[in-house]
Amino acid sequence: MRTSLAIAPRTRQDRALGVVLRSSALLAASLIFLVLLFVVFEARGALATPGFGAFFTDPSWHPVDDGTGSEYGVLPMLAATLATTFGALLIATPLGIGAGVFNALVAPAPFALLHRSLVEILAGIPSVVYGLWGLVVLVPWIGGVSHSGQGLLAASIVLSLMLLPTITLSTEAALLAVPKEQLQAAAALGLGPIARARLVAVPAARRGIVAGLVLATGRAVGETMAVLMVAGNVVAWPRGLRDPLRTLTGNIALEMGYATESHRSALFVVGLVLMLCVALLVILAGLFGSGKNHSVSASGSAGR
Amino acid sequence: MKLIFALLAMLPLACGGQASAGRVLTLTGSSTIAPLAAEMGLRFEAVNPGSRVDVQSGGSSRGIADVRAGHADIGMASRALAASEEDLTPVTIARDGVALIVHADNVVTELTSEQVRRIYLGEASDWSEFGGTSGPITVVNKAEGRATLTVFLEHFGLDSRAIQADVIAGENEQAIKTVAGTPGAIGYVSIGTAMVDREAGVTIKLLALDGVQATHQNVSSGAYPLSRPLNLVLTTSPSPLALEFIEFARAPEQNDLILRESFVPMAEKL
Amino acid sequence: MRRESGLKALLWAISMGVCALLVWIVADLVSRGTGPISLEFLMAAPRDAGRAGGIGSLLVSTFWIVAVATGVALPIGFFSAVLLAEDTHSRMSRAVRSCLDMLNAVPSIVFGLFGNALFCVALGMGYSILSGGLTLSCMILPILIRTMEQSLRAVPKEQRFAASALGLSDVTTLFRVLLPPASSGMAVGLILGVGRALSETAALIFTAGYVTRFPDNLLDSGRSLSVHIFDLAMNVPGADERAYASALVLVVILFVINSCVRLAARHFQARLAT
Repeated sequence: MRTSLAIAPRTRQDRALGVVLRSSALLAASLIFLVLLFVVFEARGALATPGFGAFFTDPSWHPVDDGTGSEYGVLPMLAATLATTFGALLIATPLGIGAGVFNALVAPAPFALLHRSLVEILAGIPSVVYGLWGLVVLVPWIGGVSHSGQGLLAASIVLSLMLLPTITLSTEAALLAVPKEQLQAAAALGLGPIARARLVAVPAARRGIVAGLVLATGRAVGETMAVLMVAGNVVAWPRGLRDPLRTLTGNIALEMGYATESHRSALFVVGLVLMLCVALLVILAGLFGSGKNHSVSASGSAGR
Repeated sequence: MKLIFALLAMLPLACGGQASAGRVLTLTGSSTIAPLAAEMGLRFEAVNPGSRVDVQSGGSSRGIADVRAGHADIGMASRALAASEEDLTPVTIARDGVALIVHADNVVTELTSEQVRRIYLGEASDWSEFGGTSGPITVVNKAEGRATLTVFLEHFGLDSRAIQADVIAGENEQAIKTVAGTPGAIGYVSIGTAMVDREAGVTIKLLALDGVQATHQNVSSGAYPLSRPLNLVLTTSPSPLALEFIEFARAPEQNDLILRESFVPMAEKL
Repeated sequence: MRRESGLKALLWAISMGVCALLVWIVADLVSRGTGPISLEFLMAAPRDAGRAGGIGSLLVSTFWIVAVATGVALPIGFFSAVLLAEDTHSRMSRAVRSCLDMLNAVPSIVFGLFGNALFCVALGMGYSILSGGLTLSCMILPILIRTMEQSLRAVPKEQRFAASALGLSDVTTLFRVLLPPASSGMAVGLILGVGRALSETAALIFTAGYVTRFPDNLLDSGRSLSVHIFDLAMNVPGADERAYASALVLVVILFVINSCVRLAARHFQARLAT
């Protein structure tokens, strides 16, 4: 019996549909290779000298040669990217999933609608506005009198705000897609709404929730403008919550507009490092996610 | 899907296909110059009917790369050209001073070059050393490649690696907002930007350097040492329209626009 | 039961907290940004680098940029999502999914430089609304496809079995059986995608550009509202109030778009589900 479309087409129309589906998917998938090709091409100068290895062995990032040679170390920034991503997921995951569950299963309908509208709006606010809010409102509050307040904590909080809509909305959509019959059966067994969510709906929607988390992780790694405005941007290993750090994307955005030749090319290598590290996360998430009962740990490993 | 795409592409084309037939001049580059160039472009269009000036932002290096590759007629660079850029001709249309700023509540009003050096090298880390209220100094620096950083390093004889920064900012406004939100902070930004924000009530204060106030007059007269040129960049074979625009931009009639964007017009002699 | 009510209280607390945070941010926007808003502000082109005039021309440019982006990404995304949802475990689907996850994490400034090299220069579109829209369409594809895939996948297997038993063709099954129940989830994908497109800055500075004139056609450069907000907030001194006002307008537009998408999805669901 055929349970899937486009696997064994019967009519000419269906065959055409299969072709359209496959070519669309191939087109969408090929984009990353186009981007990768472009980045490698732009990075070729720095890949020749000083070479890819220098980006991992140099102690710090001083791409402009001011007479004492250049340094291209990206490891502190890589650590900073992972730290802010992890911090943001740590905040946004429980809040987002909680809000999604609440909205789909617990909240009274009018309140759910209001809540959803608010979250949707959050998704479309430009990152510069979050950055401004972070810089003008949040950062002074964290910093107090004697500190700028820019650093890991501020960056994680601002970033988590930007992840919230993705996590909340995809959790909610996944939960709403759980067949009504299952929930009704659970209710008939005398389970309350929370137990229904915990025992029936969330496990059934697990895949969709994890997909949302993977999307959010990608967004966290790639987000630039808002983090740039509140992270402090000093190239340093992440230590304390209030110590400044610079992410890989922040580094690209901060310097790209003013970089020339070898510096510019080095920034594209940073882009390449970023894409490689995302590829690694995606592969890891895939490894963990493929085992049936380990989907939840996939999100955790993707954040680390 | 291709149909939708084709329709989308053709619909507005059909409405206004003839509009771009006139003479189009494209400027790309420095985000610092872009608002000024856009205003000059509007005025140029009004005086030269049928011409169009498109200004694109994206950073000084973008302007230089674009003009070299022929993607733009004129590049905009908010810095002096580097040795590797000798194939291009810069035309300075204005100058931009760089001022040291602190939080408005800071009682310090003036620093010497040596004091600034010590602060940025991390040798002095408390405001009480300079007559201020006791408290740690938060050092705000600019990102690598920024013209303001280069000017700053050159004047104070600093090496960018030796600087002990607490925050690194990209844009002027980012540095200003950081200083405005941190009572113990010191930073340096475009004088014009700082003065406009100060008038708008932002809690910052411009410091005098070695006894010289950071003002347009002092930049213009050369008394205040920290400044950078705002350049329009041409190839060796510019189009007639590009030359026309450069002449227009350098004319004293445009000084009001330069002042309105809070930059320093070139002296009369040009 | 104690545990039940405790968890319920926790969920209430979480969502009230999230709400409060959102209200705080939106209220911050409203309190700082209502000042300059007037009919003229909504209709006119910016003057004096954005410190005077309005945002009318930017609204037009933004509309066309988002229209191009969703117009291109929606069909490609929809068909890709159908393939991924139907052919879930094939090697091809897994590979496509991994590619999209990677694409989703490419920083927007890299998209901007990429779009500049591909659309503006290589394909000769120059700084234009078309280049910007196409760049954004690449950017929003992963989020569109992922959410659409999830909602298509959630359609109960029984409905498919039924369709198959009736001997329905794939095309009929797709549009008549799978699409209606999946449409509200797909609306979420569209909302997230449009939100991302509307809020994008870095990718557009290098592709759609910075020109504030009313665009004549899709090959004209046109500044989007979010680029304008960025420029006013970070580059033009003394324009903070107008930056907040523009952001407020953006939020209202987004609210309207989202409501329309929701309504359309519900209407569609009701009409076709019978």
